This record gives sequence, structure tokens and C-alpha cells, in this order.
Amino acid sequence: MTKFKIAIVAGILAGGAAVAADVEPMNVAFDDYGAVAMSLTGAAGNVDEGIKIYSSRSLGNCVACHQVSSLPDVAFPGEVGPTLDGVADRWNEAELRGIVADAKKTYDGTVMPSFYKTSGYIRPGNAYTGKAAEEPLPPILSAQQIEDVVAFLMTLKEE
Amino acid sequence: MKLKALTAIVALMAAPAVMAGGADDDTLVINGEIEMVTKTAAAPHLDGALDEVISGWHFREDDTQVMQMDDFDNPGMIAVDFATDAWNTAEGTEGKSCADCHGTPEDSMTGVKAVYPKWNDEAGEVRTIGTQINACRTERMGAEPLKLNSGEIAAMEALISVQSRGMPVNVAIDGPAAETWEKGKEIYYTRFGQLELSCANCHEQNYGNYIRADHLSQGQINAFPAYRLKDAGLVTAQNRFRGCVRDTRAETFDLGSPEFIALELYVASRGNGLSVEGPSVRN
Ligand code: HEC
Ligand code: HEC
Repeated sequence: MTKFKIAIVAGILAGGAAVAADVEPMNVAFDDYGAVAMSLTGAAGNVDEGIKIYSSRSLGNCVACHQVSSLPDVAFPGEVGPTLDGVADRWNEAELRGIVADAKKTYDGTVMPSFYKTSGYIRPGNAYTGKAAEEPLPPILSAQQIEDVVAFLMTLKEE
Repeated sequence: MKLKALTAIVALMAAPAVMAGGADDDTLVINGEIEMVTKTAAAPHLDGALDEVISGWHFREDDTQVMQMDDFDNPGMIAVDFATDAWNTAEGTEGKSCADCHGTPEDSMTGVKAVYPKWNDEAGEVRTIGTQINACRTERMGAEPLKLNSGEIAAMEALISVQSRGMPVNVAIDGPAAETWEKGKEIYYTRFGQLELSCANCHEQNYGNYIRADHLSQGQINAFPAYRLKDAGLVTAQNRFRGCVRDTRAETFDLGSPEFIALELYVASRGNGLSVEGPSVRN
């Protein structure tokens, strides 16, 4: 773990995007409640990118299950998960990062998919082709995409 | 633990009106005469899972619902006409048609759809209508089996289903079928694919909710085969299963595989008590 930290700090100091220092999916440090304190990339998330990832079917597709009032342009938000209005009042950044990376660490048995996980699946497929795929699979979202979505979620405050 | 429990409660309170969509209260009568049971108490084997079983018809928009209420508006009925011709057409080395062994569909097929999939003693396996049709073709007609995802087989299943419309689904889950049924149940609750979703995650835990633009039903198959407006064609239950499994980013099973036969038996049994509706209309 410390090696990653040093790499990330070095990346920040150098002002770079620190791509090389991305925490790999199997190395993400979840605490006992499912929170992830450390940024997965060391770089700040981009809110606009986060909105895109959140809303598009081919990326996070979070809208399939969640509703956010500040995104009225998103047609047909789903109802499978709770509304995310004010979600940043309920959770801090580390907790939100943990939920997006692997929600099952926060909520046992939740239907919410794990977005930063590469193995341990039953009959893993190659995206939506229905064909078999070998693990490790690419995670559904990249480290930076997780950070972008978290940055967007952090803007969802009501208080 | 404290944090986990607390936040779970907050999440619950923050949830939008659960079951906002729900099932509607419309009544399904076909051609103004065949009354359908579209909601009824769940069979005892669903204890703890569902109290009430509900036809997928209740989760569709009014304009789609109406198309199923009159055979002239139901595009699935065209397939029934097509299959009636096939029923009377001799094929294969034996020079026989379905009619040569079974007479008219009205005479011989009434009640069949209601009890399928069903254990076949001679073959020592559970058969779906599709695999039974193919067994007749290969064993009695000397004809090639039909592809299980073909329009021909869906149409023949529709012709057979129509003879039982309005009769209650009554699939046997005990005796020699029990082992296959258990296997189907296990598949129903397995969280497949990279999205790690089981049939139950969507159709038991979340029916009535929207998942994006789709209004989740209980995933019942009493109304199959179904004419899907989106595909402009009739699809069988296993066709639908394949699409749902694919949507979990999983490797699907083949139509006619032991897994899908077991799953079809299990899912059919979840609809025990609902009326046979096929061919239905879906978006
Ligand atoms: C298949 C459904 C589904 C998808 C897709 C999904 N979620 Fe969730 N999400 C849920 C459910 C259900 C919960 C509530 C946890 C529980 O009780 O299981 C939840 C909870 C959450 C929470 C905590 C909400 C609160 O109010 O406490 C956040 C934040 C969240 N999801 C973000 C996301 C993001 C971001 C994405 C996409 C990258 C996403 N979800 C995709 C179903 C989903
Ligand atoms: C990610 C969510 C999801 C999962 C997992 C899922 N389905 Fe579905 N299923 C849907 C949606 C959406 C529809 C279309 C709307 C509806 O009828 O629920 C559907 C429709 C169906 C239908 C058609 C019902 C009708 O009356 O037209 C059947 C049958 C079905 N699913 C069975 C299954 C089975 C069996 C499994 C597991 C192998 C499964 N589904 C897994 C989302 C899912």
C-alpha cells in the first residue's frame, strides 16, 4: 500500500495525472464499512465527466437504477436504487468511493453492481455479447471514471 | 456495524415511492369472452418469495395491453395461422403431419400448454413444448428438428398454447420432475455475469419498479410465446431468458440446454394458478 501512496504523492508533486499509479482493482483498500479513503488515481475527479459516465448506458448506466433531480435531461431514471439527491450529505467522499467501487462491501447482498472489480464472477461474459470471457475482466469503470463519478456525487448536497 | 445499519435506514427513507409503477388493476378478457386470471395467490412452493403472482400483462402500457385483447389486433395470431398450415403438412421420411397422429389441435392439444414443461417417462427427461415438438419430428416423422430459436417452433408453440388459453397453469414440480425443478430454482437465484444479477434480483425483489425505461414484471411465462413489438416477431420463453442473462454481462446458456429446460420448468411453476395467455403481446 505505501508504495502506491508514494507513487501517488510523487505524481501529484510532479503535477502529472499519475496514471501509472492507479490502484488496481484487487488492491483497493476497503475499511470495515466498505469505505475507500484513498483516491484510486491520485488525480481529482472531473464532475462533467462524472455526469456523462453516470448517465450513459455504455458507461456507468447509474440512471438505470437511480434518479437525480438536478439532471432533468436524463429521461426515464430507474427506481431500483434510492434517489441520489443529497447523497453527499449522507456519505463522505471515502464512503461514496467505496460504494461506487464495490457497493457489496457497504451493503451486503445489494443488487448494485460492483464497478471496480475484475474477478469472482459466475459465467462472466464479454460485455453484452452473451459470449464467455476469461477473468480477469476489465472493470466496468476505470479508476479515473470512478473518481469522476465520485466527484459528481460529491456535488449532490441539499443541506 | 453502527454506521452500516444507520445508513441503510437513511437509504430506505430516501428511496422514492417504492413500487411507484406497480401492477395496474385492469382486467384481461380476450375477444370479449375468454376471461383471464392475471393475479392470484402464489403457489405454496413460493412461500417466503411471493404472496401474489401477477401476469406480465399488468406491467405493460395500455396500448400494448389492448393489442392482446382481440385476436385481430394480436400479431401473434398470424403465427398461429401459419402453424395451422404446418400442422397439416406432411414432412420427413415417414410422410406424416402432426394431424396424422394428433387430429385437430382443438381435439388433442387442449390443456397441454398448461402442464408443460413436463416429465416424459419414456425419455426419462423433462420436456418443454419445443423439445417435444422436435421429438415428434425426429422420432415419428423422420424430419429434421426445428431450430429452437426459429419462428416456426415459436409459431407451433403458439398454436398449441391457444388451445389452453384461460386454463390455469398447473405445472408438476414433484415426482420425477423434482430434481430438474430444484436445478431450475438454483439457477433462478444465481447471480450471473459481471453485473452479478439473478432472475430474482430483478423479477422477485424489484417487480413494479422501473429499471431505466423498463417496467419490471415478475418475469412470468404464462403468456409465452410472446409477440415482441420491438423484434416484430414471436419469441419463446427461453429466447427471453437468453436476453435477460446476456443483459447481466454473462455467458448465456443455449436454447434447449439442460439449464434452460430446468429454468423453464421452474419459472413456469412460479406461474401456477395464472391463466395460459400465449400468444401475448409485449413491447
Ligand atoms: C442494478 C441497480 C443499480 C445500479 C446500476 C447502480 N446502483 Fe447504486 N444502488 C442501488 C441500490 C439498490 C442501492 C441501495 C443499497 C441497498 O440497499 O442495496 C444503491 C445505493 C447507492 C448509493 C447510496 C445511496 C444512498 O442514498 O445512501 C450510491 C451513492 C449509489 N448507489 C451510486 C451509484 C452509482 C454512481 C452508480 C453507477 C456508477 C450506481 N449506483 C449504479 C442499485 C444500483
Ligand atoms: C437486470 C434485470 C433483469 C434480470 C437479472 C433478469 N431480467 Fe427478465 N426482464 C427484465 C426486463 C427489464 C424485462 C422486460 C420487462 C418485464 O416484463 O419485466 C424482462 C422480462 C422478462 C420476461 C418476460 C415477461 C413478460 O411477461 O413478458 C421473462 C419471462 C423474464 N424476464 C425472465 C427472466 C429470467 C428467468 C431471468 C434469469 C435468468 C431474468 N429474467 C433475469 C430484466 C431482467
